[in-house]
Amino acid sequence: MSSRTVEFSIYRYNPDKDDKPYMQTLSVELDSTDRKLLDALVKLKAKDDTLSFRRSCREGVCGSDAMNINGKNGLACLTDMEKLESPVVLRPLPGLPVVRDLIVDMTQFFKQYHSIKPYLINNEPPPERERLQSPEERDELNGLYECILCACCSTSCPSFWWNPDKFVGPAGLLAAYRFIADTRDQATSERLDNLEDPYRLFRCHTIMNCVDVCPKSLNPTRAIGKIKDMMVRRAI
Amino acid sequence: MVDRIVVGAHYGLKDWLGQRITACVMALYTVLFAVQALGLPEMNYANWRAMFAGGFMRFATFLFFACLFYHVWVGIRDIYMDYVKPAGIRLALHAVTALLLIGYLGWAAQALWRL
Repeated sequence: MSSRTVEFSIYRYNPDKDDKPYMQTLSVELDSTDRKLLDALVKLKAKDDTLSFRRSCREGVCGSDAMNINGKNGLACLTDMEKLESPVVLRPLPGLPVVRDLIVDMTQFFKQYHSIKPYLINNEPPPERERLQSPEERDELNGLYECILCACCSTSCPSFWWNPDKFVGPAGLLAAYRFIADTRDQATSERLDNLEDPYRLFRCHTIMNCVDVCPKSLNPTRAIGKIKDMMVRRAI
Repeated sequence: MVDRIVVGAHYGLKDWLGQRITACVMALYTVLFAVQALGLPEMNYANWRAMFAGGFMRFATFLFFACLFYHVWVGIRDIYMDYVKPAGIRLALHAVTALLLIGYLGWAAQALWRL
């Protein structure tokens, strides 16, 4: 079994001990079975247990191990070590306050997500079995419901960096369209009212960083465009 | 006073749509201008002046400038929104920009109708 040594440059910051953040050079020996970046991080953590990062499912479902990898946001558990240039530069997601090392405070991100009311609003009494949709109506939700809220998209968006308190961000807007597009939802007009604002929706300038980094290959830009289309159709 | 975050100005759509419509008008004018300018027998002051003497070209050019300045207004305001956070400074910049653009539009009209 072949092994190789990989160099890392990792953002370190412990607010209890460090005056300011610094980049630490580390190296780790990887076996052929250590295929993903998360495998390497777990090995690094075994060498230095002060290194802090989030991780849970290790298969791209929970979205906890989102970080900035060689300048591009992504999930450590889905990133192939073979495709990374050495030294691998790891930083926390940009634009959010750092709690420690690669862990960021996602309060602002989730505040924006909650602001779009990410749940079905239907005031009719629930039917005995389920609220039915046609196959076409259900197809409209594909590419929307799969978001795992890892925040890779919103934290790669300059509009979110400049106005995280006012711009909903690509993840929140993708979720907003998921409910606007849902034929079972009865609050379409209220949802559009909630977004018709120069900051909340229209800070998006379609630069598509969100599409570039989404680890689930979703397209928030397209969803945002569809929200704008619906607003135009409503207005004219 | 507690500095609460306020959103919900309800004018985003109008400006977003306006920016796109003005872009289309400017694109169409560019083609019109290119056709007219390339169709001139010779590029000199007399021909240049004659090109803008017609009522249609004069109106089209004025419309182009009106669209350009509206387009610029939305774009510049976007930049202020992103980078200028203190409300007082931003309001002052908005006022200066709006007055400048209105002035430029008047200047464009004066230049066109003086020809």
